[in-house]
Amino acid sequence: MIKTDHLTKRYGALTAVDDVSFQVSPGEVLGFLGPNGAGKTTTMRMIAGFITPTSGSASICGHDIATEPLAAKAALGYLPEGAPSYGEMTVRQFLAFIADLRALEGARRQERLAHVIDHLHLKGVLDQTIETLSKGFRRRVGLAQAIVHDPPVLILDEPTDGLDPNQKHEVRALINAMARDKIIVISTHLLEEVDAVCTRAIIISRGRIVADDTPAGLAARSRYHNAVSMQLEQPTQLAAIRAAIAALPAVAQVEVSERDARLTALPEAGATILPAVSEVAARGGFKLKELHLESGRLDEVFRTITA
Amino acid sequence: MRNVGIILRRELASYFATPLAYVFILIFLVLANAFTFYLGGFYERGQADLDPFFSFHPWLYLFLIPALSMKLWAEERKSGSIELLMTQPVRLREAVLGKFLALTFPLWLTVNYLGRPDNGAILAAYLGSLLLAGGFLAIGSCMSALTRNQVVAFILGVVACFAFLLAGFPLVLDLFRSWAPQAFTDAIASLSFLTHYESIMKGVIDLRDLLYFAMLIAFFLLATGIALELRKAD
Repeated sequence: MIKTDHLTKRYGALTAVDDVSFQVSPGEVLGFLGPNGAGKTTTMRMIAGFITPTSGSASICGHDIATEPLAAKAALGYLPEGAPSYGEMTVRQFLAFIADLRALEGARRQERLAHVIDHLHLKGVLDQTIETLSKGFRRRVGLAQAIVHDPPVLILDEPTDGLDPNQKHEVRALINAMARDKIIVISTHLLEEVDAVCTRAIIISRGRIVADDTPAGLAARSRYHNAVSMQLEQPTQLAAIRAAIAALPAVAQVEVSERDARLTALPEAGATILPAVSEVAARGGFKLKELHLESGRLDEVFRTITA
Repeated sequence: MRNVGIILRRELASYFATPLAYVFILIFLVLANAFTFYLGGFYERGQADLDPFFSFHPWLYLFLIPALSMKLWAEERKSGSIELLMTQPVRLREAVLGKFLALTFPLWLTVNYLGRPDNGAILAAYLGSLLLAGGFLAIGSCMSALTRNQVVAFILGVVACFAFLLAGFPLVLDLFRSWAPQAFTDAIASLSFLTHYESIMKGVIDLRDLLYFAMLIAFFLLATGIALELRKAD
């Protein structure tokens, strides 16, 4: 369990993190979202024991990071922002160094090292120095370092930054595979990542928690929640169908994009408009390329909350 | 304490993975011997001792050690690897000590290179030289922890080492004589590296000199820890 209690960090007059309290339980994958400079990294650094909070406290598996730092850090796997490591070491040396610090010995050491090398596809670069590796490989070395001791708690600061789409997919699959019995906190500004791996999302803005919900719950706050979006075969029919749909009682607003002949109908709060809208389209003889119900747009929610 | 050993080994491996340690050892040996024979008049003085060799060590250390120690923490902070290190289950003091001991190793190698120190006076002088180097290194380590800029760390290191080296000489003492009480000036003078080093170099191992170096090293390592605690995340 991760617990933060009124965590606050001030730098002079600037309050980087302001009274942040939350708990994460096993099985949860918490996405930590927010604009750049919102305080995500500072919060993670305080939980990981790298920065001392101005006030408040954080604990990992019941060990307070200030009073029992070694026990707390032993239970934690941490990927710092930018995945820093020692450039002059080879991947093999680096992982052995971390395994030493994590007091891994004997058969378990062999097994864990083999596990991370295999899962993060590091076999081909084991004897290369880290400074010669691409950004994606460095990130994977950082991840390997974070999970080599199989910690119950993982804090990953932008784990997929700089990876290509295939690598992103693999890292997300790895996180999903570990999610069942671990506590995982990831920070990201990729909203698709929240949908892909997180069971819960906290949005932080100017150092404060402004939303704490499931990804579906967040999406439901969107104006586009339950909106109906369609694409017409004939762009010339846009004006006609727009007028017909706008006249429906439960439709709050209609947005039209001329470029791709797309029309989006936004419902009044809590209303369901899909049956009515599709009936209008069918009755008016409008030919549709596609029609779908939107669950809500996270990016729009994100902008509204953090603006 | 096993973490001290792990960090020490990692640091050592990195010195020898890059040309750093080799360049240091080579330059130190070439300069130490050149000074001994040319400036020290090793043959001309007609005495079978190593005084000319040892008396130049402080001046070599003055520039070479800050050059060696400047990256110690400044580089970790610049590259961000300090965040990785400090979030492992490692105590800060273990990291400070491990890095310090690793850095003394190339010096230890260098000092021992010329052959087995085989008589008492020379053994004492080697010990003195090593203690002196340790003092310089501890100061350099502290200066490196104060900044993430290696050049600044180097210059701070040279200046601080220079001040300690000449603490017993008018250059430094005159700064205090005009306004500070005599006892204070005497205290500054007693901090001089050279005074303590020279007595060991002559073969006199006084407990006070040993204590002086031990406490100086401990003080600056402690100061390194405090500086890191305060500034590691900047």
